[in-house]
Amino acid sequence: MSPPVPSKILTDDVSLLMVLIDSNPHFWSSIKPHFSFSKFLSHVLAFLNSILLLNQLNQVVVIATGINSCGYVFDSSSGSVSQRAESLLPKLEEFAENDESLSERDDDSGNGVGSSLLSGSLSMALCYIQRVFRSGPLHPQPRIICLHGSPDGPGQYVAIMNSIFSAQRSMVPIDSCVIGIQHSAFLQQASYITGGVYLKPQQLDGLFQYLATVFATDLHSRNFLQLPKPVGVDFRASCFCHKNTIDMGFICSVCLSIFCKHQKKCSTCGSIFGQAQTRDPSASQQRK
Amino acid sequence: MMNRDINGEGRKLNRGEEEEEEDEDEESGRGRDAWERAYADERSWESLQEDESGLLRPIDNKALHHAQYRRRLRTATTAGIQKGLIRYLYIVIDLSRAAGEMDYKPSRMVVVARQVEAFIREFFDQNPLSQIGLVTLKDGVAQCLTDLGGSPESHIKALMGKLECSGDSSLQNGLDLVHDLLNQIPSYGHREVLILYSALSTCDPGDIMETIQKCKGAKIRCSIVGLSAELYICKYLCQETGGLYSVALDEPHLKELVLEHAPPPPAIAEFAIANLIKMGFPQRAAEGVISICSCHKEAKFGGGYTCPRCKARVCELPTECRICGLTLVSSPHLARSYHHLFPITPFDDVSPSITNIPQKLPKSCFGCQQSLLNPGSLFFSTEIANFQKLD
Repeated sequence: MSPPVPSKILTDDVSLLMVLIDSNPHFWSSIKPHFSFSKFLSHVLAFLNSILLLNQLNQVVVIATGINSCGYVFDSSSGSVSQRAESLLPKLEEFAENDESLSERDDDSGNGVGSSLLSGSLSMALCYIQRVFRSGPLHPQPRIICLHGSPDGPGQYVAIMNSIFSAQRSMVPIDSCVIGIQHSAFLQQASYITGGVYLKPQQLDGLFQYLATVFATDLHSRNFLQLPKPVGVDFRASCFCHKNTIDMGFICSVCLSIFCKHQKKCSTCGSIFGQAQTRDPSASQQRK
Repeated sequence: MMNRDINGEGRKLNRGEEEEEEDEDEESGRGRDAWERAYADERSWESLQEDESGLLRPIDNKALHHAQYRRRLRTATTAGIQKGLIRYLYIVIDLSRAAGEMDYKPSRMVVVARQVEAFIREFFDQNPLSQIGLVTLKDGVAQCLTDLGGSPESHIKALMGKLECSGDSSLQNGLDLVHDLLNQIPSYGHREVLILYSALSTCDPGDIMETIQKCKGAKIRCSIVGLSAELYICKYLCQETGGLYSVALDEPHLKELVLEHAPPPPAIAEFAIANLIKMGFPQRAAEGVISICSCHKEAKFGGGYTCPRCKARVCELPTECRICGLTLVSSPHLARSYHHLFPITPFDDVSPSITNIPQKLPKSCFGCQQSLLNPGSLFFSTEIANFQKLD
């Protein structure tokens, strides 16, 4: 007898949860006395198992964010039997070894000291979600949760903003749970723009409680809950010349670079302000 | 009563003949509506396919592939070209008698209004620092429906309230009005006009060639999307001013042509003077604060942004502070435009010869982990050095 075709009867509380785990070794060694990666993983694994128990059709996919690479370490829908979250541990170990070997090869990652590749894992999560969207009319409601602690790498700003706008377009909320010491401006903006929840837990020993009460509910039930509201999102820009945060500045009308003081010439695109640009090649050579 | 539906009468006569002859399939299809032709001639049901689980697969992959191919070509060719990011665009909508024609269902005017609404939303999504205004051509006169502004809702509401068509359309009056309105904008902005023209003629008070030269001198880039047929005067106008002229074949094609104008066009350097624009980046107020907002003039609770120069409260961004005139934006708005400045490197098409050698390919797509055993088209990105599916 042929196996029955699974009927895609999806109620509105089925979710697809993409979890982005920060596995940056520099970051984890820097907060060693307070919290360790193994304790963190025990909280996260319990959380993932509880998500899988909430609804039989829930799906969880875990992507590890390293310094030089990102990779899928767990997919609850692969394989015939729904797996427990512990099966991600060997793959995570393999990923961490690969990531470390990559960083020995390149010295210059260009990401800033100790920041992890959040833009890469956000993009991979969005690719997976796009594939789910195209798999048919009935699919679970996707959302992304970032368990992040490394500082923001300013080199990834454009890529992260692109992912945020892409998530906003597809109506995928990005939740953030910041386990580092300082707030992350990128994740604050991500959660604000996409309609997700941003949280920085006060006590990391109780991380599972925060995860289970704030981030475990599906999108439909969130309408009935009081979730942490954004305290204040910092939308100020930083000037290109000094990297200071400014609240009033000057924008080049050609390339939209931000400057804090009035200048004669734009350092990014070379346009001279107040003068019509000419196409004359000799004039541009004189400028140089 | 001046509008005789000539096409409709013709259609009825033909159908009467067909019924008399009782010969439907052999007729050339001239007398049928487009929807009837889709069943009789094109047999759209025969191109349905089922996938493994018995669900229907979407039909038209070729058009999708072609559209993606064209999009990729466009980003590849315009990657290094300067684009006009701060745009002041006027949309001129033809509401003359010809807009009441029903070859687009329910009428050209309604279809155009729907496409303009989608276009306005897409435009503000891709160009947050730009502004749009609406102008209508009706009874031989051009009227300004809404002034240049940055809020999509006000434009859409004004447009949907004024959908009546009558009289002739006058291209010259429309251009004159837009020329006067665009004279007032700052010198760093790019001036553009998008005309949605349904009529087959224009009824002008003077010499339209002079007006076209005036617009060319004022550096206004005029683009036209025609709904009926190609007109020489439209083609001439677009050629002179450096815009795009296209004529729509049916509603999906119209949508594609209109949305083509949403991303910023390549900029002509002399058209806009580079300038430093003073802008403010307000902070979002905390939730429990009560203040009087300057746009609605009433007390509001929580949310809202504070102008850094005069501390007035505004409700949404981007906007101009009503008290001190400072342009207020947030950094995500600027970041939205960086997408046009730094486009992603296009992916390379993987040739079919490689896809036939299974050993050379990885087992699954790098991005979404879907199995690559039966790929439709494969792409290789040089940056991430890995294979990815087309979709």
